[in-house]
Amino acid sequence: MTTAIQNVENYLGSFTDFEKTASGRELPWLRTLRAEAFARFCETGFPTTHDEDWRFTNVSTIARAQFALEGKLASVNASELKKWRMEAAVAELVFVDGQFVRELSVMGNLADSISALSLKEEITNPGTFLEAHLGRYLNIQRDPFSAMNTAFAEDGAFVHVGRGTVLEAPIHLLFVSTTADAPRMVHPRNLLIFEKESQATVIEEYVSLGGGTVLCNSATELVAEENAAVSHYMIEREHVEAFNISTLRIQQDRNANVSSHSLLLGGGLVRNNVHPVLAGEGGECLINGLFVGDGKQHLDNYMHVEHAAPHCSSRQFYNGILDGHSHGVFHGRIVVHKDAQKTDAKQTNRNLLLSDDAQIDTKPQLEIYADDVKCTHGATIGQIEENALFYLRSRGIDEVSARRFLLRAFAGECVDRMKPGPAREHAENLIHDHILAVANHLPAKPKTKGKQTKRRLEEVK
Amino acid sequence: MSLLEIKNLHVNVAGHEILKGIDLTVNAGEIHSIMGPNGSGKSTLAQVLSRREAYQVTEGQILFNGKDLLEMKPEEAACEGVFMAFQYPVEIPGIGNTYFLRSSLNAIRKYRGQDEMDAMDFLPMFREKLKLLEMDDKLVNRSVNEGFSGGEKKRNEILQMAILEPKLAILDETDSGLDIDALRIVAKGVNSMRSPERGMLLVTHYQRLLDYIVPDFVHVLVDGRIVRSGGPGLALELEEKGYGSMEAEARQTAPASA
Repeated sequence: MTTAIQNVENYLGSFTDFEKTASGRELPWLRTLRAEAFARFCETGFPTTHDEDWRFTNVSTIARAQFALEGKLASVNASELKKWRMEAAVAELVFVDGQFVRELSVMGNLADSISALSLKEEITNPGTFLEAHLGRYLNIQRDPFSAMNTAFAEDGAFVHVGRGTVLEAPIHLLFVSTTADAPRMVHPRNLLIFEKESQATVIEEYVSLGGGTVLCNSATELVAEENAAVSHYMIEREHVEAFNISTLRIQQDRNANVSSHSLLLGGGLVRNNVHPVLAGEGGECLINGLFVGDGKQHLDNYMHVEHAAPHCSSRQFYNGILDGHSHGVFHGRIVVHKDAQKTDAKQTNRNLLLSDDAQIDTKPQLEIYADDVKCTHGATIGQIEENALFYLRSRGIDEVSARRFLLRAFAGECVDRMKPGPAREHAENLIHDHILAVANHLPAKPKTKGKQTKRRLEEVK
Repeated sequence: MSLLEIKNLHVNVAGHEILKGIDLTVNAGEIHSIMGPNGSGKSTLAQVLSRREAYQVTEGQILFNGKDLLEMKPEEAACEGVFMAFQYPVEIPGIGNTYFLRSSLNAIRKYRGQDEMDAMDFLPMFREKLKLLEMDDKLVNRSVNEGFSGGEKKRNEILQMAILEPKLAILDETDSGLDIDALRIVAKGVNSMRSPERGMLLVTHYQRLLDYIVPDFVHVLVDGRIVRSGGPGLALELEEKGYGSMEAEARQTAPASA
């Protein structure tokens, strides 16, 4: 398509400049990785809604915008970050418009077996893990945004937790975007490695200090080695004009246990890709999420769960609450490879539509090449239960509070699946505050009356 | 001033007239029983009193403590002192029973200008009422009605009533589906709440409940009208003759146009 080609040309200039100055340009493998990724991006261009993976999400506004990399670092005052700080975190890495800022970060007092620093620092002074892992897992062939991220991969977080190390408190990665006078793009790239028998929690949180047209296209490669137990949180709270594309690629070894929790509360057009590959026997993966949309927000969750080894289990639970004219998407793809016998995969997507103009597209996609597996999926779409609302009100609880109760209970299903601890508390507080605001919008009475749109999606085998 | 005064109440549901002119007065301290066959409008009356919005009042008036009940939202009616024990209590997953009840009690206290009750004060009172209704402590931590048996749900309704201490309690077929043991427990809970300040309306299909909770007045509702009113003896008469005779009477006395 001509539009795609024109736009790719726009990125050529950015990439040429980037290649000349980027950290790690002297590393041949990294240079090749970036160049090949950029070539792949040029080949495919931006996806269109004809592409099955992007059927419900139109990114033409991203394709049309003239995004550029930010040249100079915006100055951010530490006091401006106060409201997003997480005191319980063991380390807090702050990125301003994609660039790591050490002065704003809290590096913590970490044991020798733990590294939490910027990817740029790791690239400048590479250890043994960088080349072995960076770019090894992310699928740049299938996803143009992942290709673009890899082409511009330079900064982000590098976390390494050594063998047998147990980290009780979470590592907080805070990505702050400042006011953009011209369309700005950032491509945070995170590499999180958890060695054998280690245990840790990492929170990626995206927030805005100012408005403007910004594209945050992040990619995270998370490696959980044998018997590691990892919780990952992705929290999107940017302003409602922001474009946020994030990809979490999880590589799980034998008996590794990974929980991915996504919380989409902000952003204008959001695409949340979660792609775990259960590559060793006995792996367990929980993919848990909540998306809450209002106004014209578009929140797309694209799950791609790959069972590549026998005796693994995966659980997907996504709850959506959609108000105003918002549009939610849940695409749950499960691929069970030929040898992945005794796979136990489950997928559930539940949605509440709070207005007549809100929309949800939910689509399961099962590709099963093994013959002894258990895969189930289900989706529901409903409104706030009128009977439950009346029951609460008949006990003296006013309508707004009653709605709040019911919404919190619905969202609470996601909270219940998080492991107790500071990360969960953090998520719970954010959900609580957000639900308060949503519950205050009472629906326009005549519009909802007499219209029952509760339906159960047909089960597709 | 009467606690509840219903005057010439006409109610439509989905375009059909269900209640066709009800007059009923309940004074504080009185227990009234509304009996009638299926489809006579008993539950509609209970729902209108608890201010369910789907019911359209086309004519008539309801005064509660002298205030216009029909002007109230469901939560306002509850705060003023109206309580309905649901025929089909709703399961609400994700909301703890204790939290729900304390929120409810505090909403009502707040409305009345009283201080809110904290968990420390609430729990002992809650446990005492649980004991009264012979309910398992385990139910305390569960979600509202979730996974409760039919009998547990009905007992939970009476438990709520015991905690909220309404001025007017409406029991909508609370006895339906209960075995005799559960019925005794429910009746014990209800009887413990009889007081000169409180009025009650027992909506029931069966006379059996009235063996345990003896009403002061019995009204027979047939086809949207009260066709007979009397003392507790009327319930026994009904038990003997069935609703058939009353229905026949109703047809005779009804206006020719009906």
